[in-house]
Amino acid sequence: MAKLLNLISLWALPVILIGILTFGLIKKVPLYEEFTEGAKEGFKVSVKIIPYLVAIIVGISMLRASGAIDILAHFMSPVLNKFNVPADVLPLMIVRSLSGSGALGIFSDIANNMGPDSYATKLAAVMVGSSETTFYVLAVYFGAVGITKIRYALIVGLLADLIGIIAAVSVCNLMFA
Amino acid sequence: MNYIFYFLIVISIVIGAINGKLQEVVNAVMSGAELSVKIAFSLIGIMAFWLGIMRIAEKSGLIKIIAQIIKPVTKRLFNELPPDSPVIGDITMNISASALGLSNAATPFGIKAMERLQQYNKDKSTASNSMCLFLAMNTAGLQLVPTTVLAILVGIGYKNPTEIIAPTILVTLIAFTSAIIMAKFAQKFCPCKPVKEANDGKIA
Repeated sequence: MAKLLNLISLWALPVILIGILTFGLIKKVPLYEEFTEGAKEGFKVSVKIIPYLVAIIVGISMLRASGAIDILAHFMSPVLNKFNVPADVLPLMIVRSLSGSGALGIFSDIANNMGPDSYATKLAAVMVGSSETTFYVLAVYFGAVGITKIRYALIVGLLADLIGIIAAVSVCNLMFA
Repeated sequence: MNYIFYFLIVISIVIGAINGKLQEVVNAVMSGAELSVKIAFSLIGIMAFWLGIMRIAEKSGLIKIIAQIIKPVTKRLFNELPPDSPVIGDITMNISASALGLSNAATPFGIKAMERLQQYNKDKSTASNSMCLFLAMNTAGLQLVPTTVLAILVGIGYKNPTEIIAPTILVTLIAFTSAIIMAKFAQKFCPCKPVKEANDGKIA
């Protein structure tokens, strides 16, 4: 099982590349010209998302630096203790919607401090592995096309994160506790 | 978005002041701004490469073929889009790439999809229903191979790191499905302004 999964993640990219290029060649697409034509957009798109990224990432960096997340985690801890959630995992629940690198940082911390056999490490691994950074995704994708009125997109994203957290806690309780 | 931006900054400053961490909060402004540009610039090369590959996939008709194959599913989900639109192919490529843990490839695919969704969108500053649904799918982050997490677990000497894969897939499927259901639900009942899309295949 482990070998198969490693094989899939190793070969996924090469197979996609060979597939797309070979199919293009068969269909007589001028590969090099079309590639460079498409690649031109890369710079434009990356520059276009900068203002949106700055707004979101500065705001979130400030929030993390202020210690607000620790305060929130402190208030939530009595409730979460009932569901067998270790205190170290609390900040991760909040940070994982805000910052991908932050979530990975907290996860490595937990993994290194609690060790490979602890319940906290397993729960944290499932939580990080099963989620995407909601704020980052919204900033990049909406930023790339200049959308500023995002309607219910953020609320749905955060609710899905919450459901993911509840699911992770329940599944890990069943499997590992 | 206006309120979120306002509250993120004001709450951080107020709480930072109470915590005696005002200096750190101020420093975070600089480091955060720097980090955003670093992220954007590190995206340029990857973005250019995959947008180039995508262009070949599109010109060869491969994207259209992919769109055709999964039409039965997407027709229901993205019912406001013309069912034969190449955007369906872009969305499929994006979701499959992120499911396989290839987030570097997933982002350019996703941006391509957003650009095409924007062509069908009549109000260019407001998110369309299809965009909200697409982003709900993305923020939920369907992931079948959590590569980074596995790498960290192996790094700390976890004996059987693949045992977290099954629960991760289960949790990610629950979040992904509920995101789709909630987006569809919000589309119907959310008081925020509904924007009609040009579903006759015309580009707005």
